Amino acid sequence: MKIGVLALQGAFREHIEALKKCKVEAIEIKKSSQLDDIDGLIIPGGESTTIGLLMQQFNLGDKILEKANHGMPILGTCAGMVMLAKDIVDSEQFRLGLMDIIVRRNAFGRQRESFERSLNISALGDEPFKAIFIRAPYIEATSPNVEVLCKLDNEKIIFVKQGNCLAASFHPELTEDIRVHQYFVRLVNKTI
Amino acid sequence: MSQGTWAVKKGLAEMLKGGVIMDVTTPEQAKIAEEAGACAVMALERVPADIRAAGGVARMADPTIILRIMDAVTIPVMAKARIGHFVEAQILEGLGVDYIDESEVLTPADDLFHINKNLFTVPFICGCRNLGEALRRIGEGAAMIRTKGEPGTGNIVEAVKHFRQVNGELKRLVNLPEEELMTAAKDMGAPYELVKEVHKTGKLPVVNFAAGGIATPADAALMMQLGVDGVFVGSGIFKSGDPAKRARAIVAATTHYNDPQILAEISKDLGEAMVGIEIHNIKTEERMQDRGW
Repeated sequence: MKIGVLALQGAFREHIEALKKCKVEAIEIKKSSQLDDIDGLIIPGGESTTIGLLMQQFNLGDKILEKANHGMPILGTCAGMVMLAKDIVDSEQFRLGLMDIIVRRNAFGRQRESFERSLNISALGDEPFKAIFIRAPYIEATSPNVEVLCKLDNEKIIFVKQGNCLAASFHPELTEDIRVHQYFVRLVNKTI
Repeated sequence: MSQGTWAVKKGLAEMLKGGVIMDVTTPEQAKIAEEAGACAVMALERVPADIRAAGGVARMADPTIILRIMDAVTIPVMAKARIGHFVEAQILEGLGVDYIDESEVLTPADDLFHINKNLFTVPFICGCRNLGEALRRIGEGAAMIRTKGEPGTGNIVEAVKHFRQVNGELKRLVNLPEEELMTAAKDMGAPYELVKEVHKTGKLPVVNFAAGGIATPADAALMMQLGVDGVFVGSGIFKSGDPAKRARAIVAATTHYNDPQILAEISKDLGEAMVGIEIHNIKTEERMQDRGW
């Protein structure tokens, strides 16, 4: 199994480290030709406008969509979640639009309002998950076919799954806890 | 829920990696920067080249300018406070800027001490010329560092020198036997705890960007190949002939820094670069990099 991490901008190195801890081969993806031999893709946190522009400029978008339509699993964290969304509140920016979710960017506020918090996510087991939110987005609404894996205060949707796509508002790559990555690796395993 | 933790402060810097942070002085410039792919902007009243030309005392920008820039874009907005001017920093935190640059580009407000950055919720970035300076700033609470370079010159030589200095000292530190670390800390003027940490991990504890003199896509790629995490472009964009095109090219170069073919392609027809200054022609007392202690 080989998982690619989109390496246009943002915290891609941390995702590669996390995948290595899961004993999975991980490679950086900067060009569309590199997408050919991967079984899954992670779109990291960073600035979604920057990542979107570079994705268009270097023709990665169409190829990612084609692979996703053939079942390649994708995990998007923070900016990656924004890239996966069909709708982004108040924004026309480029997105892949693979998930039926309405995302609000910088939804908790600016950096001053960024925070860390322990979450109970049953899909990851009983142990609480320390989640770091950096100028994070959250999901305002989803279609019924989207499975909600975690809500903050029973209201703000921050972790979802739809088909082979997984999206999180927070940054599992910034902590030592690799359970989100392990969850994604299991998803990829099922498609091989 | 906890805000302003070390993980949260450092976290934003991690998200900026592989990106370009651009100096802007108006909301229009901020839009151009965002549309060109900047991962953040630095809101200023004047770019360093103009500060250098104007002389006199350079201070924090007018809050109105910073707020208008914050309104204009969705990407993070940074702003500069004078070295040691903790009240300017308090004002910037109150405005809600995403990162504060305690910067040698402005005239220092304190000739002995830097801001106690640990007291703030908002994260700080500081410049450095060597490892001791980097670790002193981190000890004071900076969650991100950058080379100082020589701002407003369009001349990359000082940024290269500062990065190589930090990296060289880092490699030496890693190879020292443990009993020599205290003396190394004394000689560098760096906190012992951080010296021990760097010795153990072999890397800086925070993200390190290049700044001060970057004017072309090749400059950005040079710094990335040397090993920085991302780049600041100050005067280099809006003092050039075609800012939007140059900005896009520098963004692409920062991503594809290892691919000479792409670098050649994006370096074509960028128009006039900013006029550069030879470092030897700057009087010692006018060198911004010597500010900071």
